[in-house]
Amino acid sequence: MMTLDFSFFSTQWLQTYVLQGLLFSLQLTVVATVGGIALGTVLALMRLSGRRLLAWPAASYVNLMRSVPLVMVLLWFFLLMPSLLGRPIGAESSAVITFIAFEAAFFCEILRAGIGAIPRGQRDAGFALGLGYAQNMRLVILPQAFRMMIPVLLTQTIILFQDTSLVYAIGAYDLLKGFEVAGKNLGRPVEAYLAAASVYFLLCFSLSQLVRRVQQRVAFVR
Amino acid sequence: MQWDWQVFCKSTITGELAPGCFGSGGEVTYLQWMLSAWGWTVAVALLALAIALCVGLLVGTVRTQAARPWALLAACWTELFRNIPVLVQIFLWYHVLPIFIPVLKNLPAFLLAACALGLFTSARIAEQVRAGIQALPAGQNQAATAMGLRLWQRVRLVILPQALRMVLPSLTSEAMNIVKNSSVAFAVSVTELTLFAMQAQEETARGLEIYAGVTLLYMLTALLVNRMMALIEARTRVPGLLAVT
Repeated sequence: MMTLDFSFFSTQWLQTYVLQGLLFSLQLTVVATVGGIALGTVLALMRLSGRRLLAWPAASYVNLMRSVPLVMVLLWFFLLMPSLLGRPIGAESSAVITFIAFEAAFFCEILRAGIGAIPRGQRDAGFALGLGYAQNMRLVILPQAFRMMIPVLLTQTIILFQDTSLVYAIGAYDLLKGFEVAGKNLGRPVEAYLAAASVYFLLCFSLSQLVRRVQQRVAFVR
Repeated sequence: MQWDWQVFCKSTITGELAPGCFGSGGEVTYLQWMLSAWGWTVAVALLALAIALCVGLLVGTVRTQAARPWALLAACWTELFRNIPVLVQIFLWYHVLPIFIPVLKNLPAFLLAACALGLFTSARIAEQVRAGIQALPAGQNQAATAMGLRLWQRVRLVILPQALRMVLPSLTSEAMNIVKNSSVAFAVSVTELTLFAMQAQEETARGLEIYAGVTLLYMLTALLVNRMMALIEARTRVPGLLAVT
């Protein structure tokens, strides 16, 4: 039995190895959430449009993304991006693009359910007031749908944050990688992995407690 | 960019085309390697699913039915295992736990990966089982108690048979998630589909074909799991049961 030794732990050490990774993980989470929701909204509206020419491509895209492991999608984009863009691309940029494209499919399904949960009368009332499709969506349906979906969207964001650790597959420097490199360089891999697990746990757990609070707050009274 | 599907028929050792696409005398082609990698993916996923179902059922039931301290313990279990990324959990099983539990050192990596994946998913299944049990009308439990059934009997005969049928659809998506998440086992050198994809891509430089093959196998597996769960759902359906709740 070996004893754990966390004495190497210091702010300087954290700054050298972990800070950069943590920032990248957080940045990736935020960018992928915002980008994913934006692209996901477009996909959801396409699927709900009732026009086959729009609905079918969106549905195929979403189903494809949802049936392939994220690690494989990361590998695909990492392989294809250079030839699509015509120039080499770093693991970090490739990860950002992949996450937006991948998470959009999941956000699309959440949004589709959210928009579908808005009573039909709201839409009809909007049209009766003379609003066009875009106005109706922007002013009546989406604001209500988003408010109801905030807890689910936040939960998806927690999952997304956990998934950012998978950029390990293409060698991007994220939070986990930061701890791993530190553990190797200092010869204390066991403590580094434990520290990584604790940091992820603390972040995800506090976020999920926040979701619980928000859930009670945004509950609609109809 | 041109497709070159012959890469699958090449030998992994010499790089020459093997007649009939299958190597002989200890030589294997990339196709054979991919199929065996598929086998590892399925093995890890199945084992993890078995672990996840057993533990998840237990934890979910304990959390809703057992006495306070036990329920609290179950809640802690759920929070612990679902708030750490699965990749980190696999590293913990592979790099950290064997130091404290020396027996684990003798286990093959794929068993450790399956344990990690299974316990990670058990937390999610526990949550679904809990939701299913809580969705049951309280009268079910009360009626069972009034009939003189003990806790274990109530759970086994009254609560779980109804709750499980209710959560079957979400268990289906969890089962499909396990197949996808098994790809994380690449990180501890289990030669499943994803690790095959990485290594074969490097060796052959035919990434497109290799990735396409792997992606198709993943989709096929997900489809098979989906159909199997649909079959189970149809087999276990009790007419009128879910309509009431």
